[in-house]
This record gives sequence, C-alpha cells and structure tokens, in this order.
Amino acid sequence: MASYSTNEFKGGLKVMLDGDPCAIVDNEFVKPGKGQAFNRVKLRNLMTGRVWERTFKSGESLEAADVLELDMEYLYNDGEMWHFMKTDGSFEQYAVDKRALGDTEKWLKEQVAYTVTLWNDNPISVSAPNFIELEVTETDPGLKGDTAQGGSKPATLSSGAVVRVPLFINEGEVLKVDTRTGEYVSRA
Amino acid sequence: MTIDWQPTAEIATLRERARLLARVRAFFAERDVLEVETPVLGHGGSTEVHLDSLCTEARTPAGRERLWLQTSPEFAMKRLLAAGSGPIFQLARCFRDGETGARHNLEFTMLEWYRPGFSLAALIDETEALVRALLPGRGACRRHRYRSLFREMLTVDPFTTPLEDLRQLAGERGGLDMRDADRDGCLDLLMSFCIEPYLGREGIDVVVDYPASQAALARHGVDDEGDAVAARFELYVDGLELANGYDELVDADEQAARFAADNAAREAAGKPAVDVDQRLIAALEAGMPEGSGVALGIDRLIQLVLGHRELAEVLAFPASRC
Repeated sequence: MASYSTNEFKGGLKVMLDGDPCAIVDNEFVKPGKGQAFNRVKLRNLMTGRVWERTFKSGESLEAADVLELDMEYLYNDGEMWHFMKTDGSFEQYAVDKRALGDTEKWLKEQVAYTVTLWNDNPISVSAPNFIELEVTETDPGLKGDTAQGGSKPATLSSGAVVRVPLFINEGEVLKVDTRTGEYVSRA
Repeated sequence: MTIDWQPTAEIATLRERARLLARVRAFFAERDVLEVETPVLGHGGSTEVHLDSLCTEARTPAGRERLWLQTSPEFAMKRLLAAGSGPIFQLARCFRDGETGARHNLEFTMLEWYRPGFSLAALIDETEALVRALLPGRGACRRHRYRSLFREMLTVDPFTTPLEDLRQLAGERGGLDMRDADRDGCLDLLMSFCIEPYLGREGIDVVVDYPASQAALARHGVDDEGDAVAARFELYVDGLELANGYDELVDADEQAARFAADNAAREAAGKPAVDVDQRLIAALEAGMPEGSGVALGIDRLIQLVLGHRELAEVLAFPASRC
C-alpha cells in the first residue's frame, strides 16, 4: 500500500494510525525559524468517529488506508445485520453490523441511498443523507388551526427517530427532517 | 472541474500591500540605507540542517551547472558589505522546500537588511521601529533571554536540564515519541508549541541569547551565567515569528567550519549536502565589516497589519495556485 508524507497530508486524505483507518481533518505546519519542523495533525478515527490530535516530525509518513465511500441503498434488516446495495447498477450487496451502523439506525428507510464507508471492503460506518422524508407514526393529536409559532411536541417517525415537531403535525403525515441535527424542517 | 485561477488575496489587499512596501522603502530611504537587488540563484546554497533548498540546472557559459534558489539573500548581501556597500536592504524572493501552511509558503518575500557597525541591541531597536512604522499602536517591547522563557513557562533550563527530562517533557507536550531526539530538537518543539504561541500577545516580544548550537550565522558569545550563547534575536508579534537577526559572523575560517559541520549533520540526517558558497568565504577572507543584520518575513508582517489569518490572504497566488 502507498504511504503519504506529512507534506501531502490534506483534509479528507485516508491514512492508517494505530491500526485504525483515519481521515485527515486538519494539518498545521509548525516550524521555529531555524529549527526542526513539525506537523500538528487532526485526524478523525473512522472506526469510532473520534478526533485525534497528533504531532509528527515533518517528513514522517503514514500508510494509506484502503477506504472507499460509496452510495448504497438500504434494503432490509434480517434481525442481526442491515443490508445495503450499491447504486452503480452492480446489485452488489453489503451486510452492515450494528456497531458500524451506529446512530444512523434511527434514520433508516428502504430505498433511500446512504453513504457507506468501506475499509478493506468491509463496511465501517454509514451516514444518512442530510435531509430525509419520514412518516410520523406516533404523536399527540394535532391542535386544529394552531399554526402559530412556538410550542412543540415529540413525534416518533417510521424509522424510530423521535423529533420535536410543531403542535399542528398529525400521525400519518410525512416530514422533512435534518439528520445532522435531528430537527424538523417542514412538511414534505 | 473548475480551475482555481483566481488570486487568494483580494485586489484591495494587494493595494494595501503595495502601500506597506512603499512605507518600508521610505523607512530605509529616511535612514540612508541603500536598496539592492541580488540574484535569486547561486552556485552555493544554504547548508542549514532544517532548511531545504530548491535547486535547478541552467546552461551557462561554464556549461550545465547546478544552481541553488536562495533561502535568504544573506550570502550575496554579505558580499556587497565586504565590497564596501555600507548599510543595505533588500526585498527578496526566497524559496524553502516543503514549507507550506497558514504561516508558510514555498516562496515568500524576505525583507533583509544589514547595518555595519551596529550592535545587536541597536539593530533590535531599529527592527522594533520598522515594525511600529507599519503596525502603530502596538504595546511595549520586552526582551527575554531564551533560557528565562523556558524557566518561567516550562520550569526547565535549556542549557542545564538533563536531555532525558527534556525528551520526556517534549514528548508529553507534543504528543509524540521524542526518545531519540537531540537537545535542540526537544527545545525546538517546546519553543514552537509551548512558548511561541504566547509571545507578542499584547506588545512586541524579542528573544535573545539562543543556545550556541542554534547560532547559524551569528557570532558566539557567553551569557551572564557563563554558558555559550548565540548573538541572535527573534522578534514576535501575536505568536508569529517575524524577524531573526544576528551579530554577524565575520570570521571566514569559522564560517567554513560551520558550513562543513552543517553538511555533515545533513548527511547524518539523510539529507543531501548543499554546495558551499565559496564566494562568501572569499568575501569574508577579504574582510566584511563587523555589524548586525536581520531578516524579516514581510508577508507575515503585512498579514498582521491587515488582520488576516492566513498568509495566502496577502499573496496574489500561493504555491498551491502558482
């Protein structure tokens, strides 16, 4: 596998650190005028999502990580694994375990495309599209005519997520939700 | 795909930049310091272990020659001093391989000037005056000994604390393995991670009495405690190293010995040796007047004056767009 030296580090580059695949977030070149140079690097561990801050002597290198991010459509859950299919027409499927799926579990909807991160061809994480449309399966009855601002109530969506919604929303309605913040955006 | 042909500095910023450079030229004109221009290319390059030179080849009357792009205009300017130029300054384009970041660009503009007959203290005063001419309203200028900063901010002494203790502290503060690092490597890390960010926060901070091992082209001296120090200063504003000055080494033999030692250290570090500037050695043999000189990163000073966060904001095109 190729390796990258500190002066090739830039945002998004995938490298191996302490046995885990990481994405470079930030790379700061630090050098006293007449002295040795260092690179202070922020890396996101793709297995845990945690951000690490590490220092390297300039010129040191890290092994490249075989990481791919692919669009895949969610198919079904077999009770243990969640199954996704590539959207490139190959019909190739990947089974994702609970750990890799993480918090995205509550945003799953069949036939929607998610970004699945593969490391050495194994799924290690799944991220939802920024906005998704989901049906309300449970919420207190809506207050007729109340479209005023202020006031909200919890609503459970078909994927299992619970979001705060305005009082006028009823069960059975389809809502647009921001998956990054978990906030209601609008009626779909 | 769109091609990033646009400048990273706004045109209004480039106007301000031109105004500041005119101010610099006026500063030296008022003081009868002569503006000079010297070649970017040289038969010799900087041998310093932690500077990497770019080099190129050219067809010249002497045939196909290897030429070095300067990391500073120091050698050529010293030859002018030896030839009797008197005080000189230059706004020179310099090149340092591998240096890229928010505060570094592969090529940059150095303001360098030499003052025959000036003590280091007199040159510190003049450097402060130049900074204040461009950056008015800055707080007081304080001078610190290198070792005092380490004692106050890290409770170690760069000269006397055992190397093992420095390695451990540098490793902890830097978050990396420093077990094989040498003394200067540990000090460099501690200086740039734990001390520099706090220098020049309000006013201007000047650091003097560097360890003799970090002298480069400065004379050696002895501090009040009897330790060998370099007659060198650095000036900081807002945690940014702006200028580096020396009481200049004028001894040709000592200079030649330092170049050779640098190249030996380069080879030990797995770096290629750099051709030594024999014309500088010859000029020192002929006699260069004693005095002090300083190099100031003018792009950084312009960045500070205009309140920008990144060097690229004051450069028309940084290396990524050249």
